[in-house]
Amino acid sequence: MSFEAFLIVAAIMFCIGLYGALARRNVLAVLMSIELMFNGVNITLVAMAKYLAPAGLQNDISTVLTGQVFAVFIITVAAAEIALGLGIVFAMYRTNETVDLSEATQLRH
Amino acid sequence: MVSEAVIWSIFLLPLGSFVFAALVVRPFFNRFSIVSGFVTIAALGTALGFSIMTLRSVILGHHLEFEPFEWLVVGDATIEMGLLMDPLTALMLVVVTGVSLLVQIYSLGYMKGDPSFSRYYAYMSLFTAAMLGLVLSSNIIQLYMFWELVGVSSYLLIGFWHERPAAAAAAKKAFIITRIGDVGFLIAILYLFTQADTFAVAGLNAFNIPDIWQAAQPEAAAGAIIGGAALTWLALGIFVGAAGKSGQFPLHTWLPDAMEGPTPVSALIHAATMVAAGVFLVARFFPIFEQSVDAMTVVALVGAFTAVFAASMGLVMNDIKRVMAYSTVSQLGYMMAALGLGLYAPAIFHLVTHAAFKALLFLGAGSVNHATGTFDMRYMGGLRKHMPVTYVLVLIAGLALVGIIPLAGFWSKDEILLGAWNGDGIVDTWVSRVTFFSLIAGVVATAFYTIRMIILTFHGEFRGGIEKELEDKSKADPAAEASHGGIHLHESPFVMVLPMAVLGVAAVFIGYLANPQWVDEFGIPQHWITGFLADGLAESLGAVGHHETLEFSWSMAAVSTAAALSGIGLAAVLYLRRKGQGTDPLERIKPVHTMLSEKYYMDTLYENVIVRKGFYRVFAGTLDWIERNLVDGTVDLIGWFFRNIGTVIGKMQTGQVQTYATGIAFGTLAIILALLLAN
Repeated sequence: MSFEAFLIVAAIMFCIGLYGALARRNVLAVLMSIELMFNGVNITLVAMAKYLAPAGLQNDISTVLTGQVFAVFIITVAAAEIALGLGIVFAMYRTNETVDLSEATQLRH
Repeated sequence: MVSEAVIWSIFLLPLGSFVFAALVVRPFFNRFSIVSGFVTIAALGTALGFSIMTLRSVILGHHLEFEPFEWLVVGDATIEMGLLMDPLTALMLVVVTGVSLLVQIYSLGYMKGDPSFSRYYAYMSLFTAAMLGLVLSSNIIQLYMFWELVGVSSYLLIGFWHERPAAAAAAKKAFIITRIGDVGFLIAILYLFTQADTFAVAGLNAFNIPDIWQAAQPEAAAGAIIGGAALTWLALGIFVGAAGKSGQFPLHTWLPDAMEGPTPVSALIHAATMVAAGVFLVARFFPIFEQSVDAMTVVALVGAFTAVFAASMGLVMNDIKRVMAYSTVSQLGYMMAALGLGLYAPAIFHLVTHAAFKALLFLGAGSVNHATGTFDMRYMGGLRKHMPVTYVLVLIAGLALVGIIPLAGFWSKDEILLGAWNGDGIVDTWVSRVTFFSLIAGVVATAFYTIRMIILTFHGEFRGGIEKELEDKSKADPAAEASHGGIHLHESPFVMVLPMAVLGVAAVFIGYLANPQWVDEFGIPQHWITGFLADGLAESLGAVGHHETLEFSWSMAAVSTAAALSGIGLAAVLYLRRKGQGTDPLERIKPVHTMLSEKYYMDTLYENVIVRKGFYRVFAGTLDWIERNLVDGTVDLIGWFFRNIGTVIGKMQTGQVQTYATGIAFGTLAIILALLLAN
């Protein structure tokens, strides 16, 4: 497995997530797409920790763990963000009786 | 030998009394405002004593040269302040302090009971201090500073009764018109600024007046630093300033209007001293003028024209002070003409005698006003019986003005006429001839208006004074202002008559300073004053030797006396025999009378054509158009742009969070791509 393969997979995941986040109208779908983008980034971090480490340190556990710790942090933050996001979705549903993002334009004025 | 401190205190004493009256008496002790009058008089009395000491010292030939002190350094140019003491300065000091002292004493009576008594004395002290500073200045910047101070105190005093619209307007007019002249003076000074380096190379200071004299001399060691056309323009710039201050044509229109001020102010400022500052200025820079034939020609012709032009307007005026104002303008024209013809000493001599008799005439007018409440001669008449002392004194002053032997004006005016006839100046002969005949015509006119004024005021029957005037006015204009002291036909109080009497004595005897007689009388040598002044001028240029003085000429005396007598005779025939109020005999030649009464339409020209049409309509109109269309248009365009761009950009705010996110995503992409491409 080459480094490029990881990056290509990560880029594809990120772009699918980005497309979903920009194009889907359903807030829940958008939140899921954002998760996808997070994970694309996580793959990159882990792959970079492995492949971009200085020569001779590539099997050093602490070096490799640096990227993985980042990934774990992002997963945690994403979980928190989802919890918050779902709260907002509930609130939105209560006021608008819909979860369609194109309807949520109250902040325009 | 007087010390420097004494000379400085001549200037500082009136300044001190100004500070005292303005900052101590007026704000805190206004109930005792008479104190400011006494303080001013005491200060001026001391200053007069010091001035006489100084004059004596100069006459004795003491070497009065003082080191100036540094005031400002601007780049390479050093501006100093100092004293310049020569016969001209010494004489002017005595004239200014003397006339000022007498006028202040007179004012005690004239201004009695005025609610702004302290303010009056404060302004008068300020004026006197500024005038003395002007006379003493050794540096052209210092001189210019006092020149403007004199102008501002004149403004304050003309507008002293500022609640009267006419006075406020006259003050403004005087200030603006003299300021127009001062621009010329300022340009001359600025030219000297540009030459500072050239002066410094020759070891001279471009602002020091004696150094400027030296720089203009062609036979100077380093050759003339300023010469040719530049020198002519420099001289003309100075002359424009002088013409503004001295009311020379075409800047004369402010002086008759300045008569709105209190009469003692007119006597001191607009007759005896400040208006003579223009003559003084030309005399001060005479060594420069002397080097330029063109400048001298301009000065002579403007002076000669003003002399006869102003006198002609004086013929028909009904306001006693306006007659005198035009007379002042005319006499200042004589002085200017004399300077232009190179008659330095006679011009200054005439300045001195004129100061005495014209101040007296004005004080007489004030005294008459005190009795009748009016200045309009049509409502006077017959005052000879009620005010014999004033009558005699005004008669003396009037005859001195006309130039009747043996009064003061005769000697000085004759010197000028004689010099003009001889034509020894550097100007062309035709200029001397034109000037001479203008001045002779001026003598006839002067005699006529002076005698007309005296007859209308003092002879015949009393024609009702202010009450009749108000009665006549209220027919035409019911809202005519009624501010007067009422009529009380009797002689003015002693405090007013005394200064007039002193001036009367001066008007009789001051002419003998020249003593152009056949023997040395009174211990005064022949031609003393002209010789004194001319020697001072020669010495200031490093020469020794006596300037030539004019010999007394019987034929010239006969010519001028004949001219004066013809004017007197004409006025006497026309006015002495007419009965009652009637119309003015001059009104029979209607078009001329109208033109003269309208002051040759000069005021109309200035007010309506230059100010209203030229300034308001063309200049202000253009600016208004630019303001409305270009400036406002630009501002409106900018406003319109942002209002409308707001509407356009506002459309982009949809509230759709995904639209924004798309923008952010593609924006970021674009930035990254740009970075990659750039590398």
